[in-house]
Amino acid sequence: MNDLIIIFTTTLMYSTPLIFVSLGGVMSEKSGIINIGLEGMMTLGAFVASWIALTTGNPWLGFLSGGFAGLLLASLHALASIYWGANQVVSGMAMNFLGGGISIFLCRIFFEGASMTPPLDLALKIPLIFNQYATVYLSFITTLIIWFIFKFTKLGLRIISAGEHPKAAISAGVKVNFYRTFGVLASGFLAGLGGGSLSIVIVSNFRPTLISGQGFIALAALIFGKWNPVGSMLACLFFGFSQALVVYIGGLENVQISSQLLSALPYVLTLVVLVSFMGKSTAPSALGQ
Amino acid sequence: MAILELKNLTKSFGSLRAYHNINLTVMKGEVHALLGENGAGKSTLMKTIYGEHAPDSGGEILLHQKKIKLESTAEAIALGIGMVHQHFRLVRPFSVLQNIILGIEPKKWGFLIDYKSARNKIESIMAEFNFFVDLDSKIETLTVGTQQRVEILKILYRNAELLILDEPTAVLTPQEIKDFYIIIKNLKQKGKTILIITHKLHEIKEIADRCTIIRKGEFIETLTVKDASEQELASKMVGREVLLHAVKKEVSPTDICVLEIKNLNVLNSKKLPAIKDFNLILKKGFITGLAGIDGNGQSELVQALTGLKKSESGSVKINEKAITNLTPLEIYQNKLGMIPEDRQRVGLVMDYSIKENLVLQTIDQIPFSKYGVILNNELNKFAVKLIERFDIRPTDPEIKARNLSGGNQQKVILAREIEHNPEVLIAFQPTRGLDVGAIEYIHSELIKLRDSGKAVFLISYELDEILSLSDEIAVICEGKLTALLSQQEISNNKNLKETLGFYMAGGIK
Repeated sequence: MNDLIIIFTTTLMYSTPLIFVSLGGVMSEKSGIINIGLEGMMTLGAFVASWIALTTGNPWLGFLSGGFAGLLLASLHALASIYWGANQVVSGMAMNFLGGGISIFLCRIFFEGASMTPPLDLALKIPLIFNQYATVYLSFITTLIIWFIFKFTKLGLRIISAGEHPKAAISAGVKVNFYRTFGVLASGFLAGLGGGSLSIVIVSNFRPTLISGQGFIALAALIFGKWNPVGSMLACLFFGFSQALVVYIGGLENVQISSQLLSALPYVLTLVVLVSFMGKSTAPSALGQ
Repeated sequence: MAILELKNLTKSFGSLRAYHNINLTVMKGEVHALLGENGAGKSTLMKTIYGEHAPDSGGEILLHQKKIKLESTAEAIALGIGMVHQHFRLVRPFSVLQNIILGIEPKKWGFLIDYKSARNKIESIMAEFNFFVDLDSKIETLTVGTQQRVEILKILYRNAELLILDEPTAVLTPQEIKDFYIIIKNLKQKGKTILIITHKLHEIKEIADRCTIIRKGEFIETLTVKDASEQELASKMVGREVLLHAVKKEVSPTDICVLEIKNLNVLNSKKLPAIKDFNLILKKGFITGLAGIDGNGQSELVQALTGLKKSESGSVKINEKAITNLTPLEIYQNKLGMIPEDRQRVGLVMDYSIKENLVLQTIDQIPFSKYGVILNNELNKFAVKLIERFDIRPTDPEIKARNLSGGNQQKVILAREIEHNPEVLIAFQPTRGLDVGAIEYIHSELIKLRDSGKAVFLISYELDEILSLSDEIAVICEGKLTALLSQQEISNNKNLKETLGFYMAGGIK
C-alpha cells in the first residue's frame, strides 16, 4: 500500500512539468504553429525560475518569472515563423539551442562561473497541499481552463480556426496572425512554467542536464493526446508514471537492472508512442503552414 | 438602380495584368453573370470587390452611388458584400453553426459564445430563404452541395445584400445544380443581388438576367441574356467563332478489336464489388463512349485498366496481348494511354515543370537520359516541340504545372499521352471544369486520334459530351454494363437521351 502511494506521488510530481509544457504545445499547435522549441523555452524557464527564487527568496515570483522568460523566447519564435515566414521547425530548433545556451551563459555570469545554481533553501520551496506540491494542482487547473477556452469561448474557436483553415478564418474577418501570436506566446509562458516547476519544485536548483529531452517528451504527449488538452494531460500522467517506475524500481534492493538502462525507459516509451500513434493522430490541418 | 458600379478599374501584379479598364454596373435585385474563359481575370476582379486586393490607382468603385475604398474583406462584409469562393472556406472539424458565426460570434457574459441566439437567427434566415442545413453536423461529413449552402448562409448571416459566387456549380452534381438554381431564384425574389462567375453558357441562360463578358482581362460588353444566343455568348467570350458541337466524319464500321475487356471484376476501396463481370470491346478507329452517373464504378474500371488497382478476376487484352494486372508502367508501354479524371493528382506532378511532366513515364529512356543522367538538351527540344504542337500557354517549358490554367494542364497531359502514340486512349472526364475554347480543342484532338485509327475510350458524366463524340455508346450502372448501342442504333434512335437515361438508371436492354 505504502509503495502504491509512493508511486502515485512520484507520478504526479514528474507529470507536472510535462503537463505545463504539453499544454503549451497545445496552445501553439492548435493555432497552426509548430513549436519544437518547447525544450529550449522550458530550459530557460527552469533557470530563470531558480535564479529569481534564489535572489528574491519568493518561489512564486521565481515560478512566474520562469513563465515570462519562456514567453520572451517564444516571442522570437512568433516573430520568425509568423511575421518573417521562417520555417517553423528550423526556427523552433534554433529556440532550443538559444534557450539552453542563454541559460548557461546567464548562470555563469550570475553565479561566479558555475554552470549550476546553488540549491534553494527548503523553507523557500513551493508549499505542499495535502502532501502534494501546489504546482500539481495548478497544472490540473490549467488543463481545465484551456479545455474550457477551446470548448466554450470565442478565443478558442478563433485559435482553432487559425490552425485549421487560416484562409477561411481571414475571410470571416478573424485576425489570424493575432491569434497565432497569442498561441505561441501562451505556449512559451506555459513551457517556462513547466521548467520552473521542475527546477524549483522537484529538484531545488538548475543544472544544464536538468531538462534533457523533457520538452520533447511533452511534445510526444501532445501528439499522443491528439492535440487535446485533457488528452495531453493524460498522456503526461502516463509518461510521469513511467518516470516514477524508474525511480521506484531503482530503489528496490533485490532488483538488479542497471540504472542507466532503467532511466532510458521514458525515452523508449516516447519512441514507441510516437511510432504507433503518429499516423492515426489528427493534427490541425494547417499546422506548419 | 445600380447597387455596384466599377469604372475603369485596372489591376496588375508586377508586369502581369490581371484586368484592365473594367466597367461593370450591377443593378439591384438582378442576377448578373460574369462570363469569361479560365484566366480571363474574373476571379481577381471579384476578389477586388470583396476587398482581398486593392485595384491600381485610377479607377473607382461605387456602392449605392457612393465611392468606396476597400482595405480588407472585413470592410467589404461590413458594407454588405459577401463572397463564396470556388474552393470553400470552411473549417472542416467545426460544426455548421460554428462556421457560420466564426468571426462575428454573439457573446454572453463577455467571453462565452451565445450559441442559442446564433441558432435562432440562422434558423430564421433558413426559413426566409427556404433552404435548410443541419446546424450541428460537422463540415467534413457534408456533401459538396450542402457545404455550399453553408457558405451562402455564412454571408446571409452577415447581412449581405450583394452576393458574389465564384463558379458555384463547378463541383456540384446535376441534382445539386438544380437545387442550387432554386436557391438563387429564391434569393433574387427576396431582393438580394447576385453576381455569379461562370463559363457555362447554359447556366447563364438558366439563371442570369444580364451578363458581362470579359476576355483576357478586358471588358467586352454587357448584354441582356434573353436577347443573346449561346453561340453568340461563346464567340464573344473566346473572341472567335467557336464550335459548340464537335464535327466529325462518318466512320466506316470496323470489327478490328484493339482492347478487349472480359469478365472483369474489381473491388472498390471498401472491398465491395465495384465492377461486376464487365465485358467490352474497343474497336480501331472508334470513339466508344461510356455513359453513366458518377460513382457507378467508372473510377474503379479505369484504375483496373491502367494498373492502378488489381482486378479480382477477368482479363484485359491489347491487340491479343494480356495486360491484366501488370504495373501501370508496363501497361503504358503496351500503348495504353490515359487522361485521368483528376488531372492535378493523378495526371501531373504539380510542382514539376511542363517539360518534366511531359516525360514522366519516359524520363529513364534514351534520348531523355543516358547512364542515369538526364540530358537536358534533348528534354528541352522535345518540350518545345510539344508545346508548339499542342499550343500550350505560356510557352516556357520551365513553368510549373501548378501555375497553368486547367485547360493548359489538360493539354500537357494530352500532349504526353498522344505523343506516346497509344493504341488505346482512355479519356476520363477529359473536359471537366474547362471552358468552351479548351473543350473545343480537346474534343478536336480526340477526334483526330480516332481518325488516325486509334481506339478512344471516352468516359464522361456529361451526357452531351458522350453524345457529340461517340461512335458507339456503352452504359454502366452499379458496375454492370447495362447497354451497348451500335452506330446504327445511335443514329436511328430519336429519343436517344431518354433511352440512355433509362439504362443509366439501371434499366436492362
